[in-house]
Amino acid sequence: MGLLDKEFNDGSFILTSTEQLLNWARLSSLWQMTFGLACCAIEMMAASASHYDFDRFGVIPRPSPRQADLLIVSGTCTLKMALRVKRVYEQMPEPKYVISMGSCANSGGPYWKHGYHVLKGIDRVIPVDVYVPGCPPRPEALLEGLLKLQDKIRKETLVKKEYENA
Amino acid sequence: MKTLNEFFDLLKNQFGEAVIELKQDIDPYIIVSADIMDKLVEFIKVNDDFKFDFCTCVSGVDDANGTKSKDENGNDVITGGTLSVFYHFRRLFDDAKLIFRVQVPRENPKVKSIANIYRAADWHEREAYDMFGIIFENHPYLRRILMPYDWEGHPLRKDYQNPEFYQGIKISYN
Amino acid sequence: MSLKTEELVLNMGPQHPSTHGVLRLELLVDGEIVKNVTPHLGYLHRCFEKHTEAMQYFQVVPYTDRLDYLASMGNNFGYVLTIEKLLNLKVPERVEYIRVIVAELQRIASHLVAIGTFGIDVGAFTPFLFCFRDREIILNLLEELTGARFLYNFMAVGGLNYDLPDGWTEKVKDFAKQFRNTIKELNDLLSFNKIFIERTANVGILPADLAINYGISGPMLRASGVKYDIRKNAPYSIYDRFDFEIPVGKGLKGTVGDTWDRYFVRVLEMEQSLNIVEQAIDNIPEGDVKEAIPKKIKPPVGTVYGRVENPRGELGFFVVSDGGVNPFRVKVRPPSFCNLSVINEICKNILVSDVVAILGSIDIVLGEVDR
Repeated sequence: MGLLDKEFNDGSFILTSTEQLLNWARLSSLWQMTFGLACCAIEMMAASASHYDFDRFGVIPRPSPRQADLLIVSGTCTLKMALRVKRVYEQMPEPKYVISMGSCANSGGPYWKHGYHVLKGIDRVIPVDVYVPGCPPRPEALLEGLLKLQDKIRKETLVKKEYENA
Repeated sequence: MKTLNEFFDLLKNQFGEAVIELKQDIDPYIIVSADIMDKLVEFIKVNDDFKFDFCTCVSGVDDANGTKSKDENGNDVITGGTLSVFYHFRRLFDDAKLIFRVQVPRENPKVKSIANIYRAADWHEREAYDMFGIIFENHPYLRRILMPYDWEGHPLRKDYQNPEFYQGIKISYN
Repeated sequence: MSLKTEELVLNMGPQHPSTHGVLRLELLVDGEIVKNVTPHLGYLHRCFEKHTEAMQYFQVVPYTDRLDYLASMGNNFGYVLTIEKLLNLKVPERVEYIRVIVAELQRIASHLVAIGTFGIDVGAFTPFLFCFRDREIILNLLEELTGARFLYNFMAVGGLNYDLPDGWTEKVKDFAKQFRNTIKELNDLLSFNKIFIERTANVGILPADLAINYGISGPMLRASGVKYDIRKNAPYSIYDRFDFEIPVGKGLKGTVGDTWDRYFVRVLEMEQSLNIVEQAIDNIPEGDVKEAIPKKIKPPVGTVYGRVENPRGELGFFVVSDGGVNPFRVKVRPPSFCNLSVINEICKNILVSDVVAILGSIDIVLGEVDR
């Protein structure tokens, strides 16, 4: 049942900060929204299948954006699709994170030069947290991208910080 | 099984001057004129000597054989010349094949549509219209199929210029 | 007093768990009955044909991988066969044998994905995991050969990019022995399952003459009773040396040409592909796989049309050459594009959930529908 099972003899207290508790809860069960566009979608499906299991990190595929908090954009995004990506991103509730998987989603991929209908990177329409390179990236690479995202969430804070150097 | 020369002679007897030439190539084809296309196709579907029942592919080609010039921004513009449409037909029981080519002027590209006779050509003709601007008369529903409906221009023409923005999104890489 | 009803336009939008990619289906429904289906394409149009005009003949090969990304060896095969026909080039025997073995292994992998995702569409989740487990074994074999999991860039015009590593043929033989049990397991689990048959038999019946008129090819045409396979009717490469059968839909659980037939033809085809692999793997001749690759590709002026039997149907490449080092025009005739055009005809007066089952049995890959 997790880290804290059977650690204590009778009821007790755990002392932690709110930020650590919230961050731990968020990163341990990131539910992903299945947004496979092209070839990278097959590697994302293979990462969810039994060989490179995604479920052990708490990641379950959910088809609806209203029930998900992680959007993995995998595959080439075209101009016709870019408007729909933006709409799906706006439908997700906060807190939400985005992983850009594959070269095409990072920067246009092999179609960067003559693709008149290809969007050169989805960071032109939505904000991205982690970029996973590869064409296509191996499922292990996607798992490492997820772990880096978990590291990023672990460092999040609720308090507004004053920056010394603007 | 008849050879390609025999097919060509039968078609020439039936349609006369509209069947123009048999061009020798790695895959030889017959050049026909654009306005008899639907009657020709009906003939090869029904006639006992032909009975071609499978339309494999309809593709547009930009011949780029007009005069090339530069407009005020320094971009290439081609005026005059032709666009071509290639039709591939097959027969399933003995795998014979027939290829036709139609050439139409670049400024006014109009071909009779065969979508009502071979339903396979329906989406192929829509794609040729989308990519080259070739207009198929009597097509049931001719509109763009791959590009967005409000796109301007025909992308696979040789003198096509990429636009800068589409609905506020920057298209080019840098 | 009669009840006023209205027809509703329902959007199975570009993002949907069971449209196998980014396809938008506009359904006109009257209650739960579907009256009309209009597909809208182009959400994955990646300008393949424009790219081919800007690069040389041998540089196009990695882009053909990404057309039908589940059958990349088949796409490579089609393109290099067409260019070799244009150049009138003969390849060594060793190259032919390896190409056939790899293409048939790819056919098995592609059909496993088709069956697994079709199972998920109608509600069966476990066959998906079984199919992907077996697909991982094939992917390991091909990764040892080429270095990549599924977009290989393996064939070159006139030969292959890599040669067989040591011990590869023994591993393929072990895989072939063990895979026959897997097909039996899959049949027990899914094919003859009562719920699956209720969901798919007599749904989406496609008659043979309609299929021929719409230009359908591949397992979908064979499931409607038409015995046409390019590997037998117009053999390319060395397919005429092998002994295999063409499975045809017979209407075992419903009518000829329904969804169950389209699914079962794929299961039978996987077994026939194993036969071809077992016949070919023992007879690979010796030789050099790179000796016939030309240093510079500058074909004569002309047009050529080459085709192969891909797992989804007939993949054709129409190449127009003007004598230069870049192709003048490459047109791809994708099987899924033609197969998808029939969906309005076979989806008349059915329930909304049957549309999902029919779309899963057509087995489209959006990378090649939109190119």
